[in-house]
Amino acid sequence: MDKIIEVRHLSKWFGANEILSDINFSVNKGEVVCIIGSSGSGKSTLLRCINLLEKPTGGEIIYNGKSVLDNKHDVYAYRTKLGMVFQQFNLFNNHNVLSNCTIAQMKVLNRSKDEAEKTAMKFLKVVGMDQFINAKPRQLSGGMKQRVAIARALSMEPDVLLFDEPTSALDPEMVGEVLNVMKDLAKSGLTMLVVTHEMGFAREVADRVVFMDQGVITEEGTPEEIFNNPKQERTREFLRRILRDSKTE
Amino acid sequence: MFLRGAGVTLYISIIGTILGAIIGLIIGTIRTIPLSENPVKRILIKIVNIILTVYVEVFRGTPMIVQAMVIYYGSLMLFNINMDKMFAGIFIVSINTGAYTSEIVRGGIISIDRGQFEAAHALGMNHVKTMLYVVLPQVVRNILPAMGNEFVINIKDSSVLNVISVSELFFQTSSITGNVFRFFEPFLIACIVYLIMTLTVTRILRFIEKKMDGPENFNVIPGNQMQVTRPEDIAKKTGQTGY
Ligand SMILES: Nc1ncnc2c1ncn2[C@@H]1O[C@H](COP(=O)(O)OP(=O)(O)OP(=O)(O)O)[C@@H](O)[C@H]1O
Ligand SMILES: [Mg+2]
Repeated sequence: MDKIIEVRHLSKWFGANEILSDINFSVNKGEVVCIIGSSGSGKSTLLRCINLLEKPTGGEIIYNGKSVLDNKHDVYAYRTKLGMVFQQFNLFNNHNVLSNCTIAQMKVLNRSKDEAEKTAMKFLKVVGMDQFINAKPRQLSGGMKQRVAIARALSMEPDVLLFDEPTSALDPEMVGEVLNVMKDLAKSGLTMLVVTHEMGFAREVADRVVFMDQGVITEEGTPEEIFNNPKQERTREFLRRILRDSKTE
Repeated sequence: MFLRGAGVTLYISIIGTILGAIIGLIIGTIRTIPLSENPVKRILIKIVNIILTVYVEVFRGTPMIVQAMVIYYGSLMLFNINMDKMFAGIFIVSINTGAYTSEIVRGGIISIDRGQFEAAHALGMNHVKTMLYVVLPQVVRNILPAMGNEFVINIKDSSVLNVISVSELFFQTSSITGNVFRFFEPFLIACIVYLIMTLTVTRILRFIEKKMDGPENFNVIPGNQMQVTRPEDIAKKTGQTGY
């Protein structure tokens, strides 16, 4: 299988705190990898290191065979290849739905307005937001915003889509609409790396699940292995806790 | 003569405020550039920042009336440049407004949610593109009330330019008093003219703010029913199959 992203011995320090230590894993083309783990375990930091929103302290990140930490590597071009969907949506407040999805296409990929709008409409249809192209972000619900954010990322036609807890900021009744879009994308063969607390989603959609605890990957395997036969005590403990919490909700 | 004076006052404050806003936007943007990893760039940015800080502090910390004297007579004495009075007036108002605005802009940039920057960076935008297409448009909208304030202040404070004989409203009024030997009436009229100008400007800016916010409601584009997409459709649309 072709590795799109490979992370080798990655470490990240914030001041005197080691937040990530010796992280090794990779994402293959067409694969859906879910990262789970308790709050503060460094999942977001890992994702942000991968698209260089944070600068890793040590180790290597290999993208399609090239090291992205190399000084000569073009960070901006690299980021267009990785779409990012944030927990807080982060739609551009000064742009409406359509231009949220076209601005980077035009200004970064130098696509014409026509081409950018055609591409944007295509993906806005995919997420079911093509009726709302004139709306400003402040006029949309959380679920709608997140679907637009997904369309915005897809409009750049990236190789991989990174999701950082895309449903954690949503009201419960809106979680489903976003997860459904993500499931459809997964089935379409898009490569996805998803940080999530939605165990149902991970179990159903992931090809591989990575469990993180206190800055290290302690266990990795198929959803089957992680959810039904976790080897590590820490994984078991985490799953017990999160499943209990979701029952009491 | 009142009208001529009012015209000059408006002219100086409009141009001064606009140029000042541009200076402020540029300086505010430079002062928020993240420090680079590259040591040469890092030192360069630091030096530029120090120069800009000095500029801002000097012009905010001294009265415009004194600045006018120093700049006008200073350039005449030290460099033998006899500045056109109108040019000198606009120059002084602009750099003064620029100093104030750059702080307003800096505050405006800092107050924009970090998520806006991160989303722009994640889409491959560099600092300049992020600023131009995402951050500054929001900053401009947010600082518009403060800029309106600057404009009103400029209309009033350009009166100090009479010390270098710029023929704005206060200067014209003074000349009239010299001709008619009365003080109260001419200045009362000047007072009213100032008030009319400032009130009009405030109203116009309110209107522009409303315009920039756009309509309260949006139109749903009819026809495209919200469709349930099947994976096969997406596969076709994204072209991501066949790995
Ligand atoms: N910019 C920063 N400066 C200092 N410490 C940070 C910074 N960003 C994150 N941290 C610390 O790094 C640790 C990991 O944070 P991170 O956000 O990656 O966790 P997470 O696994 O995503 O948690 P959550 O599930 O709550 O989102 C936390 O202890 C956090 O306080
Ligand atoms: Mg997180």
